[in-house]
Amino acid sequence: MSIDLDTARRVAHLARIRVDDDDLPALAGEFNAILGFIEQLGEVDVDGVEPMTGVTPMRLKRREDAVTDGDRQSEILSNAPDAREGFFAVPKVVE
Amino acid sequence: MTALNALTVAAARDGLRAGEFTAAELTEACLTAIDAAGALNAVVHPTPDIARDHAAAADARLKDADAPALTGIPLGIKDLFCTRHVASQAGSRILEGFRPEYESTVTRQLWESGAVMLGKLNMDEFAMGSSNETSTYGPVTNPWRRGNDDTALTPGGSSGGSAAAVAADLCLAATGTDTGGSIRQPAAFVGITGLKPTYGRCSRWGIVAFASSLDQAGPMTKDVRDAAILLTAMAGHDPLDSTSADLAVPDFEAMLTGDIRGKVIGIPREYRMEGMPQEIEDLWTRGREMLADAGAEMRDITLPHTKYALPAYYVIAPAEASSNLARYDGVRYGHRARLGQGDGVTEMYEKTRAEGFGAEVKRRVMIGTYVLSAGFYDAYYNRARKVRTLIKRDFERVFDDGINAILTPATPSAAFELGRISDDPVEMYLNDVFTVTVNLAGLPGIAVPAGLDRQGLPLGLQLIGRPWEEGDLLNTAYALERAAGYVEKPAKWW
Repeated sequence: MSIDLDTARRVAHLARIRVDDDDLPALAGEFNAILGFIEQLGEVDVDGVEPMTGVTPMRLKRREDAVTDGDRQSEILSNAPDAREGFFAVPKVVE
Repeated sequence: MTALNALTVAAARDGLRAGEFTAAELTEACLTAIDAAGALNAVVHPTPDIARDHAAAADARLKDADAPALTGIPLGIKDLFCTRHVASQAGSRILEGFRPEYESTVTRQLWESGAVMLGKLNMDEFAMGSSNETSTYGPVTNPWRRGNDDTALTPGGSSGGSAAAVAADLCLAATGTDTGGSIRQPAAFVGITGLKPTYGRCSRWGIVAFASSLDQAGPMTKDVRDAAILLTAMAGHDPLDSTSADLAVPDFEAMLTGDIRGKVIGIPREYRMEGMPQEIEDLWTRGREMLADAGAEMRDITLPHTKYALPAYYVIAPAEASSNLARYDGVRYGHRARLGQGDGVTEMYEKTRAEGFGAEVKRRVMIGTYVLSAGFYDAYYNRARKVRTLIKRDFERVFDDGINAILTPATPSAAFELGRISDDPVEMYLNDVFTVTVNLAGLPGIAVPAGLDRQGLPLGLQLIGRPWEEGDLLNTAYALERAAGYVEKPAKWW
C-alpha cells in the first residue's frame, strides 16, 4: 500500500491539520515508511481471533443516575481562547 | 552526610520523623538544586511557592504526629498530569497557557499523602517520543555523559524530564506515565528505577490522554523501595476512571523481603534481537545469574508474537491518539491560531492544529486517522487489535505454566546522542522494542539499573510481572537491585 499526494492531503484534512502543498511529498514519504513497518502484521494468522477491546477483563461500574456536579460555568470557560457572555465563541458556522 | 536532595524517599521519611531536618530544609535543598540545573532543562514549570506552602504544612503535621507516608517528600510531576492552577501543557504548544481548574487523581492522592510539589517536568509532546526531543520546551539533557566526552545525550522519553530530575537529585522522586515504555526506557537511560503498574492500577483521571487503552501512570525513583512507597500512594480505585480497578492496594513496601527462593523467572527467547549490542546481552546474562544466585529458578520461555508488538502498537496508539487529540481544536483551552478574513470554523481547526502540534504528534494523529478511515479500519486497526489479543495470550500461557516474572533487557542500547535519530521515526520507535509488549498486555513492568557500559553509561534490566502482582514484582526487583549493587551517580557538570 502506497500513499500518494492526494491520499496524504485527504488524511491531513480528515485530521483537521493544515499541511502546505509543498510539504505533502515529505509527509507521504513518512506515511509510507511507517505503513511499511506496520505491513508486517499481515504475516500473522488472526483467523478466529477476537480483536481486543479492553486489556483487563472487567465489568464497567455503574452508578446511580443522578446529578453529581454542575454550576461551573466560569471554571469551564476560564481557559477558553475566546469566551463571551457565558459561551465559547467561534467563527460563524452557519451562513 | 548525604545532601538532603540526594536522599531516597525512605531515608528522607525516616530523617523527617527523627527530627534530623525539616521538610522546609529538604524542600529548599531541592529548589536550590533545580535553580542550578537549568542546563538539564528538566523542570519546565517550577512551583517554589506551592512547594514552600506544602513544606510548611508538612512540618506542622510532623509536629502533631499526624503524618501520612509521604509527608514532606518533595516530588517532581510530569507535565502530562493536570495540576490545579499550575501550567499543564503535556509538552505541547497547543496547551500553552492552560491552567487546569482541577487536579489529577494521582497527584491529588500524592498531596493528600503529604508530598511537596516542586514543579512540572519536561516530556515529549503528548508523551509521543523516546528521546524528549519532541517537547515544545526543547529537549532534556541527560545528566550522564560518556566519561569526559561532553556530547549531550538524551535521557530517553517520553518521561525524560522525570528521569533526569531524579537522576540529578533535583527531587526525591517523580511521577511518569508509560504508554509504550515512557517510564522504563528513560529510567534505564539515567540509572534509576521506573515502574509501570498493571493497566488500571492507577487512575488516569486528569492525566492528558495519549492512548487510553495503554496509558498508565507510575513512579520514577532512586530505588525499588521508593517505587513501592510511591505506588502505594498513587494507586487505587477512582470512580472518575471507569477502567481503574476496584482492588485493595496493599502496602507494597511491606512486601519487600528480598526472598525470591523458589520463584520461577522466564527468559523469553524472542527478546534476543539480531544486532543487539554484546554489552546488553552480557548484562542480561548477569541478571539471570544474580536471580539464580538469589534462589530463583530460571526457565527458557517463548513469547512467539513479540516481533509483532511494535507494529501493532504503531497502529493502536496512533488510532487512539487521533481520537483523543481531536479535542485540541482551539475552542475550549490552549492555543487558537490567528484567523484570516473569511476564515470559518474548519480553517480555525486546521490552522490551530497545524501551529499547535509538533511534527511527531501530527504524524501520529494522521497515521491514526488513516488506519481508522473507511476501507482501512479492518486491514489495519482490527488486525492490530487481534494481534494484541495474541500477544496477551502469549503472556497468559507462560504465567499459567508457573512463571512468576520475566527478565529482559530494558532497552536495546544505552542513552544515545541528542539529534542522532530524531529524523527517522521508525528507528526511534525501535527504542520501545522490549517495553511495548507489556503495555499491549496490560502487565506491570519495572526497569532496574544493573550496571554501566564501557563508556560509563547506565544500563537497565526489565522485570515483567503478573497482572496485579506488583508486590511480588517489586520484591523480585528488590532482590535484583541488591544483587546488582548499583550505586553509581552521574558526575555533576551542570
